[in-house]
Amino acid sequence: MDLTSDDVRDILQLLDGLPYRELTLETASFRLSLRRDADGAWTQSMQVLAEPNVLPSATDGAVTDGAVAAARSTAAGAAAPSAPAAAGESVPVDGLVEVRAPLLGTFYRAPRPGAPPFVTLGSEVAPDTVVCIIETMKLMNSVTAGVGGTVAEILLDNAQFAAQGAVLMRVREQR
Amino acid sequence: MILRRILIANRGEIAIRILRTCRALGIEAVIAVSDADRASAPARLADSVIRLGPAAAADSYLSVDAVLAAAVAAGADAIHPGYGFLSENPALARACQAAGIVFIGPTPSQLEAVGDKLTARRHATAAGLPVAEGGEVAEPGQAAVLAAAIGYPVLVKAVGGGGGRGLRPVFRPAELAATVELAMAEAAAAFGDPRVYLERYLPSGRHIEVQLLGDGHTVIHLGDRDCSVQRRYQKLIEEAPAPFLRCGLRDSIRHAAVAFGEHLQYRGAGTVEFLVDAERDAFYFLEMNARIQVEHPVTEAVTGLDLVAEQLWLAEGNELRIAQRDVQLAGHAIECRINAEDWADGFRPSPGTVTRAVFPAGPAIRVDTHVQSGSTVPPYYDSLLAKLIVTGRDRAEAVDVLRTAVARSQIDGVATTLGLHEKLTANAEFCAGAVDTTFLDRLLQPEAASGGRYG
Repeated sequence: MDLTSDDVRDILQLLDGLPYRELTLETASFRLSLRRDADGAWTQSMQVLAEPNVLPSATDGAVTDGAVAAARSTAAGAAAPSAPAAAGESVPVDGLVEVRAPLLGTFYRAPRPGAPPFVTLGSEVAPDTVVCIIETMKLMNSVTAGVGGTVAEILLDNAQFAAQGAVLMRVREQR
Repeated sequence: MILRRILIANRGEIAIRILRTCRALGIEAVIAVSDADRASAPARLADSVIRLGPAAAADSYLSVDAVLAAAVAAGADAIHPGYGFLSENPALARACQAAGIVFIGPTPSQLEAVGDKLTARRHATAAGLPVAEGGEVAEPGQAAVLAAAIGYPVLVKAVGGGGGRGLRPVFRPAELAATVELAMAEAAAAFGDPRVYLERYLPSGRHIEVQLLGDGHTVIHLGDRDCSVQRRYQKLIEEAPAPFLRCGLRDSIRHAAVAFGEHLQYRGAGTVEFLVDAERDAFYFLEMNARIQVEHPVTEAVTGLDLVAEQLWLAEGNELRIAQRDVQLAGHAIECRINAEDWADGFRPSPGTVTRAVFPAGPAIRVDTHVQSGSTVPPYYDSLLAKLIVTGRDRAEAVDVLRTAVARSQIDGVATTLGLHEKLTANAEFCAGAVDTTFLDRLLQPEAASGGRYG
C-alpha cells in the first residue's frame, strides 16, 4: 500500500500545526520524506520500496533465465550502457572517419521497415548525407556522415541498440 | 457487469494514475510490463505484474497479441489501455470483444470512425461542425489544384495520424509536391497508411478542446481546456477552463463537441479538439481523441470528478451518473509536463537514471509521476516524467502557485523541461493568458519571430 496525494495533503495539514520542519515516514513498502522550506512551502520525495509481485505470463515457457538476464542487462544498459557499447567500440583506424551515435537509442539503417538502407558498404557519401537513424524516445534522429567519402565499415546490425557516442560506421575520407 | 480485476496495458505516470482509481474502488490492478519496466514504480505499486515482452514497444505495449495474452493469463475481466500505445486501436478493442474481455474505451466502430481522420472530418460535417476547408489528395498533382483552391498556407495531414503526429505545413506552392510525397512516405512508415489530406492552415489559432463523457445514448461535456502552449504540435502546458474566451464562442464550441459525441452515440471518455480563431470568432474541428488524455487532471481539478472512475463506471455498461446540470466548474487549473528533454538543446531526448526527484507538496498541488530516485528512464518510450497540476481560485492565482511549484521541483540525473517552465511562468505573455499556438516557438526563437512567423 502506498500513499495518495490526498494522504500527503492530510499529513501536511497535521504538520502545519506542529513545529517540525521535516518528516520521514518509512514502511516496508514506501519511504516518504517531507521537508518545509524557510518560506513554509513543502516538498515531497517518495520512494516505493515494495518488490513487484510477478505473475506467470503467457510467454514464460519461452523465457529462459538467460533471456531474463539479457533483458535485465538491456534495461540496465539504458542507464549505463556497457554491453551494447561494446558493439560500437572505438578503435581508431588510419584514414577512416568515425560516424558516432549522437545520443543513445536504436540504430536503423533504413527509413522504414522493408525500405532500402540509406547506405551500404562502398556507398559514396557527402558530409550531409543521411547514413542512418537513431531512434530515442519515439524521436527519429537522422545521422549524417559528417565527411565526404565512401562507407568502409558498418559496425552495428539493424535495430541494434547504440550507446551515446558509439561508433556506428566508418567512412574512408576523400581527400 | 462489475469489474473486479483490470489489466493496465500501459506504463509511466498514467499506469499509476489508473492504479490509484482501481485502489480507491477496490478493484484489483494487474500491470503489464515490458522487460524495461520490470522494476518500475508502477510495477512495485500494482497488486501484481505480468510480463508483456521485450523492451521494444512493438513487441510489448504495441502488440495486440501480447496484451490480450497477458489479460487472459492474468484472468483480467477488463483492459485499461491508458493513452498512446493501443489506446485507440480498434483491433485490440475487437480482440477484447471476441475474448469476452471489456475494453475500457469506446466501441471498435467508434475508434474506427475517429481514428481515420478523413472519416472523422465527414462525421464532423454530418454533425454540423465547422471543419477547415480541405480534402483527400491521392497524388501530388491533385494536391496543387486543391491547395490553390484552399489558399496557402496549407497543412498536409496523415489520415492515420493524430495526437499532433503526421502534420506538415506548406507555405509556398513550390514546396507542395515534395512535401506531399514525403508526408505519404512518412505516413506509410509511421501509421501503415500512406493516405494524406490537405487542410487550410491557421498558423496562429488557439488549441481548445472539450472533454466528453458518453454512455452510448447521452453525451455530456465537462468543460473546455486550452492547450495552445505547444512545440511541434506537442502540448507542454494545459489549462482549464480556456482563458479569455468570449462566452458565446465558448458555448458554441462546447455544444459542437457534444453534437459530435451524440452523432457517434459515443460511449466512454473522449475529447474533441478544435482550432479556434479568436479574432474572427470562428472555430474548426480538428480531431477526436477516443481515450483518456494526458491533460485530464486539469478537468478533474475544476470539476471535482475522477475521470478514470467514470471510464470504469461506463465500461461496466452503466448509464451516465452525472447530468449536465450537475457539472459545476470552479476555479482554474494548470498542468505542466516535465519531460526528459534538454529544452535548451533542441529538446534532445535525455534518457538515463534519475538520481534525485523532489516535488512540491501542498493543498493546491497534485503531482502525477512515475519517477523516484533511482528510476530508469528508458530510451524506448516517450519522455514524460511528471505532471504538475496546480489550482487557484482564478488563473492569476494558479499561475502563482505553478511558478513556486516549478521552482521547488528538482529532478537530477536526466535533463528536463523544468527550466523551460520556469521561463514560461515568468513570461508576461503567458501570465496574461490566451496565447496562441505560435507562442512557444516565438519564446524559444525570438530572433526568428522578428524576421517573420515562418522564419
